[in-house]
Amino acid sequence: MGNLKPYKIILYVLLGGAALSFLYPFYWMILASLTPEAQIGELGVAPKGITWDNYAQMAGKIPIWRSLLNSVIVAGLSTLGVLIFGSTTGYALAKLPFRGRNMLFFIIIFTMTLPFQITLIPNYILMVKFQWIDTLAALVVPALNSAFAILLFRQAFKSIPDDLIHSARVDGCGELRIIFQILWPNIIPTIITVGILTFMNSWNDVLWPLIVIREEKLMTMPQLVTLFAVGGRAEAQLGVKLASAVVLALPIIIAYAIFQRHFIQSMASTGLKG
Amino acid sequence: MKKTLPYFIVSPYLLHLALFVLFPVVFSIVLTFHKWNIIAPMEYVGWGNYWRLFNDRLFWKAILNTFQFLLVHIPLQIIISLALAYFLNQKLFARGFFRASFFLPVVISGVVVTILWQQLYGLETGLLNRLLINMGLGRVEWLSNPHMAIISIAIMATWKNVGLYVILFLVGLQTVPRSYYEAAEVDGASSWQQFRYITFPAINPTFFMVVILSTLGGFSLFIEPYIMTDGGPLNSTLSAMLYIYKQAFGYYHMGYSATLGLFFAMLIMAVVAVQKYAIENDE
Repeated sequence: MGNLKPYKIILYVLLGGAALSFLYPFYWMILASLTPEAQIGELGVAPKGITWDNYAQMAGKIPIWRSLLNSVIVAGLSTLGVLIFGSTTGYALAKLPFRGRNMLFFIIIFTMTLPFQITLIPNYILMVKFQWIDTLAALVVPALNSAFAILLFRQAFKSIPDDLIHSARVDGCGELRIIFQILWPNIIPTIITVGILTFMNSWNDVLWPLIVIREEKLMTMPQLVTLFAVGGRAEAQLGVKLASAVVLALPIIIAYAIFQRHFIQSMASTGLKG
Repeated sequence: MKKTLPYFIVSPYLLHLALFVLFPVVFSIVLTFHKWNIIAPMEYVGWGNYWRLFNDRLFWKAILNTFQFLLVHIPLQIIISLALAYFLNQKLFARGFFRASFFLPVVISGVVVTILWQQLYGLETGLLNRLLINMGLGRVEWLSNPHMAIISIAIMATWKNVGLYVILFLVGLQTVPRSYYEAAEVDGASSWQQFRYITFPAINPTFFMVVILSTLGGFSLFIEPYIMTDGGPLNSTLSAMLYIYKQAFGYYHMGYSATLGLFFAMLIMAVVAVQKYAIENDE
């Protein structure tokens, strides 16, 4: 570092200020969730009378741990489905010749440009007719395929030489074994990207759960926290609301702290491909 | 390899496509000509839903609000993300830390961000107003003033998403070789000229990607006003998506809300098409 030019100092002040504006509100939120209700109004940087009271009250009012489990199940199964079906469909598009392949490819691209506002109401009616309202199936089954994942997998499989597949076939491998045992180890970055994006999308989605789940013990965590925040049950107690928000944020904050680089790369690729 | 094998492999996707995409698209068009609350039989109403839409002042207000949101959100997002990316694209100490902290709100649920900002925007004890008062300035009616509320939501949305666009711009900026700037320096180009003729052409594709992504995101604006304001005060933060949600799941107007959804989706596609056209003819 040595001698800092004035220009560099200004730069660090600006960047530091920006970083503070992104980090401090989260710090404040965690601190406020641990502060007695009466003191939150004056809370700044230093803690004031740490207490777990808000968490205990919140957990007594809503089934937060049950909703955490629901969210893990829903996001986990959706991600698993998207990884499996994204791979198989992407593989067929990349490596298997069949009639209608180009048309299928264009249909997939078309579905990506289709705003979800068109299909939202009919899909809800479908769930009613399937009697899937208030079941986790309504959250998982429609999320098992993703056009974006198929395109990413297609791209990844295209870069793998055909010889690898041919020799595996000669050795008697079936197509599924080729996809998941021979090819998957070669496309780990794509698997990570699709995995993170799908899991996060599912984890953070709240509109669809609000529509298809009414029963409290089946709600996902963002949905439960949303209804807790807008409904009257938090009894206008800020600390209790913030405690529920912290529990909702924490799993992602921890995952982000560990896999930060992967998160940033995966999310940046959404933009680059889209 | 059997000829039917590829079809077998893509069949789960085809089934999914037919059920959750193609059927809903067709069915949504059928729905727009009917009145239906799911329980009673469907009732054919001809173009009734469309007439109702064109005369629905609240819907147009919601569309207008959504555009107002975009008008604040997009320029703010571009200016801040471009500036931060520009700062980050230099030899710096702790660059990774800055990048990671800008990106943190991007990964966190919009629900958390909205609950948090509802407090930051609080009139009496909110952090922002306390800060303003400590600085000797007056407090702002962030969410209670009908002219201010949608702007406040746009500021919050920018804060949440800007980190993603910083990364995208950073990728764009890094495609420019340093030697270009050195050559321009030798030729006596000013910083502005360097930005206009070297940097800007390189980030042009990113620039428009950012516009389109934030447009699509802005059109889906829902959970923020749902939690923060429920569309108020005076419907000033009622977004189109929130209105469609209320029509469908508050009143069970399935035919009418499908009409709103279809119309709104067409509008989104039209706006994005215009933006794309503008991009391709800008060179």
